[in-house]
Amino acid sequence: MTGDPAPAATYRLRHQLPLLVWLVLVWNLLWGTWSWANLLGGIVVALAVTLLLPLPPVVGGARVRPVALVRFLSYFVVDLVSSGALVAWQTVRPSGIDRSAIVTVQLRTDSDLLLTILAESLTLVPGSMVIDLDRERRTLGLHILHVSNEDDVERQRASVLAQEERVVRAFGSPDEIAALGLAPGEEPARAGRRTP
Amino acid sequence: MTELRTVADVIAIVFLLLGSFLCLTAGLGLLRFPDVLTRMHAGTKPQVLGVLLIMVGAAIRLQGWSATWMLLLVAAFQMLTAPVSAHMISRVAYRRRHVRRDRLLVDELRSERRPDRVYRGDEPADAPPENSGQALAESRREERREDGAR
Repeated sequence: MTGDPAPAATYRLRHQLPLLVWLVLVWNLLWGTWSWANLLGGIVVALAVTLLLPLPPVVGGARVRPVALVRFLSYFVVDLVSSGALVAWQTVRPSGIDRSAIVTVQLRTDSDLLLTILAESLTLVPGSMVIDLDRERRTLGLHILHVSNEDDVERQRASVLAQEERVVRAFGSPDEIAALGLAPGEEPARAGRRTP
Repeated sequence: MTELRTVADVIAIVFLLLGSFLCLTAGLGLLRFPDVLTRMHAGTKPQVLGVLLIMVGAAIRLQGWSATWMLLLVAAFQMLTAPVSAHMISRVAYRRRHVRRDRLLVDELRSERRPDRVYRGDEPADAPPENSGQALAESRREERREDGAR
């Protein structure tokens, strides 16, 4: 995957490092107090977990762009609050909900990690919930809670694509950001970068 | 100092009540919405927001940082796991056709593929394909084709 023939152990460690840091952090948060003993204990537990229960490394890795990340997170928080309030209102109002819809959206992203982030965040934003993800064709099947006409469907589709763009700009590589400019369904120029 | 405590208490109470109300609407949604897919909406969005608000209220009210860290973890894992479980349940529900099609405006998953014409072997007994004889023949043909390709 990378050009340099690094030893397998170093390569694995480099890719497992975010996971290790996260596990140590969780361990310390669970104890609730900071101490060196907790830190060492967390490192031991994290190493044991990653060695005994190994996971495949996330292909491609993630880059984080701070400005785009803040943009993504602030949109996400606003969406989370407004969708919670909206669905709560739809459950208590006398008229309930109107028709639903199941739509497929053609995505432009071709990365496991970005698609995971996108699918996770889409379920919490207004209206949509992911039903299906066709990894090969990069289409996303979404259930939309409340639509009254075709215009609503198109608006939802546009908001999904906007969300995708925010996710890719926050976490994607330059290649993936460039792929946003392509028409939906168009194959990116780079070949042979398929994830297994 | 006591006034500050009172203000903090009031804010905490507002958060806790709002959060509990949102969790209540999640329960109401489970009762009022017509099918599995719409119910999963109610089971994720107001519920996650409600839990988050309750966590904020509890963090304001509780003394000491150790409880706060725990609440932060609860909130993070709630936001990570709730969408995944909702997705898994609704995916299974859709594939097993527990869908109120009369309440759907469009269903693009159905028109693009052909899930309803071919037996896939995991349909519920009460959801036969529209034309069962043809579907059975077609699924047998498809099976033979897959065997030949292998």
